Amino acid sequence: MPTETKQIQDLASQEYKYGFYTDIEADSIPAGLNEDVVALISAKKNEPEFMLEWRLKAYRHWLTMKEPKWPNVHYPPIDYQGIVYYSAPKKKDSPKSLDEVDPELLETYRKLGIPLGEQELLAGVAVDAVFDSVSVATTFKEKLAELGIIFCSFSEAVGDHPELVKQYLGSVVPYTDNFFASLNSAVFSDGSFCYIPEGVRCPMELSTYFRINAKNTGQFERTLIIAEKGSYVSYLEGCTAPMRDENQLHAAVVELIAHDDAQIKYSTIQNWYPGDDEGKGGIYNFVTKRGKCLGRNSKISWTQVETGSAITWKYPSCILLGDNSIGEFYSVALTKKRQQADTGTKMIHIGKNTRSTVISKGISAGHGQNTYRGLIKISKSATGARNYTQCDSMLIGDQCGAHTFPYIEIKNSTAQMEHEASTSKIGEDQMFYCQSRGLSAEDAVSMIVNGFCKKVFKELPMEFAVEADRLLSVNLEGSVG
Amino acid sequence: MLEIKDLHVKAGDKEILHGINLKVKAGEVHSIMGPNGSGKSTLAQVLAGRESYEVTAGQITYEGKDLLQIAPEDRARLGIFMAFQYPVEIPGVSNTYFLKAALNAIRKERGEEEVDALDFLNLVKEKMELLKIDEKLISRPVNEGFSGGEKKRNEIFQLAVLEPKLAILDETDSGLDIDALKVVAHGVNSLRSKDRAFIVVTHYQRILNYIIPDYVHVLYDGRVVKSGGKQLAIELEKKGYSWLGEETVSAQLVN
Ligand SMILES: Nc1ncnc2c1ncn2[C@@H]1O[C@H](COP(=O)(O)OP(=O)(O)OP(=O)(O)O)[C@@H](O)[C@H]1O
Ligand SMILES: [Mg+2]
Repeated sequence: MPTETKQIQDLASQEYKYGFYTDIEADSIPAGLNEDVVALISAKKNEPEFMLEWRLKAYRHWLTMKEPKWPNVHYPPIDYQGIVYYSAPKKKDSPKSLDEVDPELLETYRKLGIPLGEQELLAGVAVDAVFDSVSVATTFKEKLAELGIIFCSFSEAVGDHPELVKQYLGSVVPYTDNFFASLNSAVFSDGSFCYIPEGVRCPMELSTYFRINAKNTGQFERTLIIAEKGSYVSYLEGCTAPMRDENQLHAAVVELIAHDDAQIKYSTIQNWYPGDDEGKGGIYNFVTKRGKCLGRNSKISWTQVETGSAITWKYPSCILLGDNSIGEFYSVALTKKRQQADTGTKMIHIGKNTRSTVISKGISAGHGQNTYRGLIKISKSATGARNYTQCDSMLIGDQCGAHTFPYIEIKNSTAQMEHEASTSKIGEDQMFYCQSRGLSAEDAVSMIVNGFCKKVFKELPMEFAVEADRLLSVNLEGSVG
Repeated sequence: MLEIKDLHVKAGDKEILHGINLKVKAGEVHSIMGPNGSGKSTLAQVLAGRESYEVTAGQITYEGKDLLQIAPEDRARLGIFMAFQYPVEIPGVSNTYFLKAALNAIRKERGEEEVDALDFLNLVKEKMELLKIDEKLISRPVNEGFSGGEKKRNEIFQLAVLEPKLAILDETDSGLDIDALKVVAHGVNSLRSKDRAFIVVTHYQRILNYIIPDYVHVLYDGRVVKSGGKQLAIELEKKGYSWLGEETVSAQLVN
């Protein structure tokens, strides 16, 4: 193997720095799943009757389903009875303010670079922190409430705004949707809820930081965002988990609803523990994310930077129902070590003159396997629909793989489709060019990769674009031989 | 400044350079000419540190250091710059960002502070004027979609900003129109100084009308077969290289 290739491969193996574990007393239920467990979760959360019923319907439906086998990922069978479905940091009452939050927890988030004290926060960002199964703190709540914006944990929303939850829960991802979404519907324990009233432009980024801490625990959270007529919100989620030898399941559901002229921008920086060099441990990230552009001229944009997880299986999608609505998907997925990712999007065009843009950048290093899977569906009713898809793969080293599966279904002949795809390697010539200008091999790789991802990073909110850039560099960093 | 002794270089299984000797002092301009495939780029790339070439024998010293022991990025930081015959595209990375990172890497080596944004901007402006480069080109991604001539000009722009001690130009003149050639030559000339040396690889003596070399060397089949002054370039233009071939062959026969 030429030295350059070897160097590049070294760069791809890098240590995970969020792998610490917080020793905190937890209220967990025994592993296993049955109707009693579902009822117990619901009871622990003091949920109204309609929630329990919904959960049980989901559970019963889930029992009839089989795990999907079509994704291009490989893993040993998951023992669903071996998973703990509820674990929460122990506390007397739910904290009323940050002063009541366990200092251990605050410390954990501080170590992750997410200080929860409002005075320390980035001025323009409100945070909901989810630790294992429950939300531990939400910042800037009052300030947002002045504008009529509801930003709280899902549990609180169920208690305080049951009518909204009842109206929208499952309206985009029904509990019958798919194996993991059904499981989530039955057992989800918390997550974030966000409601932007008519005409309000949310003045700050809303964000949720998910942290899986406890052992053998699955994290099943649910996020629901509703943007009323003419409103705007930008939302960001970040995720980390300790290093463990066992795989942990993360099966989340995110539902977005955009009414007339509303706009939701949803960004993810996913950095779950990816497992070690041999592929031991790491998070199984099996997530269903979908947005519904319900109203005319509405717009939903998904931007994701996926660097973590042993396996990623997710297709943030848009249902373009309203006329002139717009769906966007911008994705960077990096797989290194033994990571596998099967990710992409579905753009379902139903309304007239609906438009969608898909920009996917897959980077594979080490033994990483990266699959783009996307569906563009133009329904009969979608006259004047347009789609632009660009799918690029970059290979670093020669032991990784990139795969692309674009599916297109067109039922209306007025559709305009454009598709571009490319696969490239970080060439020895590019490396040498950078090095001959004084850049180290590490800087050269991270510069080339960041250039490759430019179109996607451009879509992230400013602070997070910097974060994403850094994260990618850190993930590609390593010992240069 | 630079001394190459009996340099033998292999690419794959094939020996390309069969014992090169060359001495370059600070302030000098050397031109290397020679037919296609004679090993000019190989020599340039070996000087810049390309690892796909294997040095099987010989030595290169640069400012008293064993150059062959130095990694390519460190050579750049020590003041070696090669303008590529085929500049490489780096999609999505803006020219200025790239250049600033390069400049800072070099400054760091010299124990200088990172260049501040305003100073950098002024430096870039100054060099842009010197080389009559369009501002648009500078903000675009490195060489991406540049025309052949634009790429060459961008190499010289980088050279001008990075101000190396030893600049190696690998056929920078090929692909430049006559006006661009003059601008580039003017840029290079304005960078000539007693502390800086140039190695200009070219096929055409035309550029040497503008960048007057102190020495001209002819590389033929991996050997320097003739060295001389500027006159040699003119002679080559008239007679081509074949007579040199005969000369070497007869020289070898005599030996
Ligand atoms: N990596 C390589 N593997 C095999 N052969 C190589 C390699 N690099 C160069 N060569 C060969 O070495 C010889 C010299 O190449 P080089 O590029 O140095 O020539 P040059 O003098 O620069 O030619 P030109 O004037 O066409 O640019 C050529 O025959 C070329 O095919
Ligand atoms: Mg050449």
